[in-house]
Amino acid sequence: MEKEGLGLEITELRLGLPGGGQEIRNEKKRVFSEIIGGDGRDVEASGDRKSQTTSKNQVVGWPPVCSYRRKNSFNNNEKVYVKVSMDGAPFLRKIDLSMHKGYSDLAIALEELFGCFGMGEGLKDTDSCEFAPIYEDKDGDWMLVGDVPWEMFVESCKRLRIMKKSDAMGFGLEPKSFLLKGTLKNETK
Amino acid sequence: MASSFPEEVLEHVFSFIQSDADRNSISMVCKSWYEIERWCRRRIFVGNCYAVSPRMVIRRFPDVRSIELKGKPHFADFNLVPEGWGGYVDPWISAMAMAYPWLEEIRLKRMVVTDESLELIAKSFKNFKALVLSSCEGFSTDGLAAIAANCRNLRELDLRESDVDDLSGHWLSHFPDTYTSLVSLDISCLGSEMSFTALERLVGRCPNLRSLRLNRTVPIEKLANLLRQAPQLVELGTGAYSAELRPEVFSNLAGALSGCKELKSLSGFWEAVPAYLPAVYSICPGLTSLNLSYAAIQSPHLIKLLSHCPKLQRLWVLDYIEDVGLEALAASCKDLRELRVFPSDPFVAEPNVSLTEQGLVSVSGGCPKLHSVLYFCRQMSNAALTTIARNRPNFTCFRLCIIEPRTPDYLTLGPLDAGFGAIVEHCKDLRRLSVSGLLTDRAFEYIGTYAKKLEMLSLAFAGDSDLGLHHVLSGCENLRKLEIRDCPFGDKALLANAAKLETMRSLWMSSCMVSYGACKLLGQKMPRLNVEVIDERGPPDTRPESCPVEKLYIYRSVAGPRFDMPGFVWTMDEDSSALRLS
Repeated sequence: MEKEGLGLEITELRLGLPGGGQEIRNEKKRVFSEIIGGDGRDVEASGDRKSQTTSKNQVVGWPPVCSYRRKNSFNNNEKVYVKVSMDGAPFLRKIDLSMHKGYSDLAIALEELFGCFGMGEGLKDTDSCEFAPIYEDKDGDWMLVGDVPWEMFVESCKRLRIMKKSDAMGFGLEPKSFLLKGTLKNETK
Repeated sequence: MASSFPEEVLEHVFSFIQSDADRNSISMVCKSWYEIERWCRRRIFVGNCYAVSPRMVIRRFPDVRSIELKGKPHFADFNLVPEGWGGYVDPWISAMAMAYPWLEEIRLKRMVVTDESLELIAKSFKNFKALVLSSCEGFSTDGLAAIAANCRNLRELDLRESDVDDLSGHWLSHFPDTYTSLVSLDISCLGSEMSFTALERLVGRCPNLRSLRLNRTVPIEKLANLLRQAPQLVELGTGAYSAELRPEVFSNLAGALSGCKELKSLSGFWEAVPAYLPAVYSICPGLTSLNLSYAAIQSPHLIKLLSHCPKLQRLWVLDYIEDVGLEALAASCKDLRELRVFPSDPFVAEPNVSLTEQGLVSVSGGCPKLHSVLYFCRQMSNAALTTIARNRPNFTCFRLCIIEPRTPDYLTLGPLDAGFGAIVEHCKDLRRLSVSGLLTDRAFEYIGTYAKKLEMLSLAFAGDSDLGLHHVLSGCENLRKLEIRDCPFGDKALLANAAKLETMRSLWMSSCMVSYGACKLLGQKMPRLNVEVIDERGPPDTRPESCPVEKLYIYRSVAGPRFDMPGFVWTMDEDSSALRLS
């Protein structure tokens, strides 16, 4: 068996990450770990992850775990329970964000939870609902629901509040398109 | 000689022959045997739905009761086959609705099914008994409602791993109150909550129910109720297996489970928590199959559980089991036949668990009946593979996935050729093999030399040149399915072994180096092969002939080119031009 690179390279001092400098791996190595965000999918959503080795889905279909299994495991189903408060309600509720597919799904769930119907529609048409959903993010800031991609929202949302719009008179609460069939557009930017 | 036996006698004799291969042999003895056989063949298996047309099947076999069809290539499981590629079952259902009024069973894998087809099935086959949709898609719970409402004699409804448009759980209530014949129900892939009362009543009124696989919306608190309605269950798939530990819930569940004296198989365990695992201990001594692959349970709890399962034959588990757990498995479960270890965090290069090649070495050493393995890990050595091969020459299915492509032997830093060579040399009955890690053409030379019984081979990120592919195509006499991705295989080996492709069911190659020109040539030379180029960059003839195609799917067919190809698939026809009929 050939002993490529087994000789002196090991004793050479090199700058670089430990274990990362194996000469055996030729250019073909690039295909997996060195491709970062290759398909541009959910790169923003995984922006919180630190190491470059933890970006997901860099090579299509590798490792060969079937799509059914991918959808149903891999911590995709860690429950994300957040408190939901509504102005005027005597007690809070909790919902599991991971159970919802997107903003419109969430709006429906919130409506059912508090009976504040029309919120989904209300965000499309500012006048027709007196409530607006806001959330507290990881930095402690209160944000309007719907500006960022859904996955990013789930990861950064710490708690939700259904606020009376009258408390926010004068602040731009133009509806985002997120409630229209789940598409997300940054129209006012 | 054919006239010395009345047909009825021959037919009676043939009725004892069930295997397709034997039936095919019978039909080739002489014309009259062909005729008798075709009238009494009741069960058809079509491994590639495009290899033959519905009309041809119906013409030859006029009275079929059970059909199994497979559609998309296996790599579709890994999202390598673009959406809309094909695999539509509608033409088959339409044809069979008219030709086979007595059809009883339909089994489909990786096919696109519509609600219209399900409604047609529900209406057309009065004695319909079994519907198995494995990894299928394209239908909704409305279609299921039609099946439930109309199929009075339905025994089996199995939706395993299908992608169902789950509109609501209400479909289950469409089983009429008079319906009592359910034997097997697998709805584990559905997401919606169903009416628990409807489910409970269904389970309660079907005394022959043997297999029940629930979906995760059925909470653990309710599981006991169902089990008390069906203590005769042989197979159970739980729903969500977690809740805060409440003693009365636990003891209720444990009690109900202990009443199921026939239970042999457990699965489900969605979101399982260790606290509730001991509830199953009472039935563990009889357990032969355990699927914990959706349960994030750590090795100490797994070890404890497995120590109660001496009769276990099949185990599917996550790599949380670790080497220490596999060592315990090897000690407790001497009857183990099949092991699958799935990765808990496959997208991270660094190991998150202490699972290495050692786990597989332990199991192969300790379990004399082990013959089928699927193992995901992050390191491997030739030494370990050789030990495994020597320990366990009875492997029939060996699938090893080293997570990082082209990972070398971690001890020698060389290729894993010798290790896989040992596997194919020692395991003379190997029928299915998936390789991974750093492999040169030498590995394929070993495979071509030794793997004479190999039927299915999966390759990824391996090999150096066409010689590798040539070794496989020229050496593996029984090869039926070959699937390759990201290997430096090009035109030469493919064209030199063109004739071999007619002896196989199919060949898939993606991200390799096969040129458009070679595909055209193959299509011309081999009229009984469908050579399909899949390329999402646009028509291949807008690029030079030497340009490699993105994906290639070649399969033998007596039906000619198909007519349902989407815009990104081209069939290489005999007319030396890319043909796309639409």
